[in-house]
Amino acid sequence: MENITQSIQGIPLNHYILLSSIIFAIGVMGVLIRRNAIVIFMSVELMLNAVNLLLTAFSAYRGDAAGQVFVFFIMALAAAEVAVGLAIIVMVYRNTNSADINVLNKLKW
Amino acid sequence: MNLFYLVAFLSIFFSLLVIFSKNPVHSVLYLIVTFFTFTIHYILLNAQFLAIVNFIVYMGAIMVLFLFVLMLLNLNEETEPLKPTLLKVMGVVAGMCLLVTLAGSLKALSVSEPVVLQNANLGLVKNLGKVLFNQFLLPFEISSLLLLSAMVGAVLLAKKEA
Repeated sequence: MENITQSIQGIPLNHYILLSSIIFAIGVMGVLIRRNAIVIFMSVELMLNAVNLLLTAFSAYRGDAAGQVFVFFIMALAAAEVAVGLAIIVMVYRNTNSADINVLNKLKW
Repeated sequence: MNLFYLVAFLSIFFSLLVIFSKNPVHSVLYLIVTFFTFTIHYILLNAQFLAIVNFIVYMGAIMVLFLFVLMLLNLNEETEPLKPTLLKVMGVVAGMCLLVTLAGSLKALSVSEPVVLQNANLGLVKNLGKVLFNQFLLPFEISSLLLLSAMVGAVLLAKKEA
């Protein structure tokens, strides 16, 4: 295990923050440019994972285990969110026969 | 040190493929690869518990759920709804604006100390379990309630005659 963790020694914390920001921005782009509800949902998962990675990096940087416990809670929350969200998408598909979010524009007002 | 940059490049590359591939099934498969690169990141940070949980929960449970729903709904390239090109370009521009804002504020902050693992045993199960069951016992129990209510809600929503 020693030689594996040796490989991150010397990586600036900024590069972890930058990587997480890029992946978070990709998730935001995915939400904005897609119309398929399931792909939008996957983009939200990407954003959650970017935050998880950043929390873990900060936790290793500060030597504080609380960050990694938070990541564990976020994972539990993401599992609950995916179960409910996919059930809602299945229900929408059953009623409208598509997973297109534009057919839900009645919800706008 | 180079391993980190290689894995970071792969994460960005595959997450771009997730949002730009036309077929939703391909998106899910690319998302699985992206989560695998995240698992490698956790291993590099010596967060072994999180690496295993990420591997089992995200790549196992959540992705199987996504894939099953996608296949049950019979979504593929032909039925994929597309936004007009102008809206797509605007979406990409908005995402880039967010990225530039974040990177700019990061540059203004200018802390760039290297990540050094102060406590090598930090991410091991023994250490995390002690923190989880001492300091965070109440949130842990409440998250079990959250999972229970999510399960009931999902069954209730997905039932035929709700």
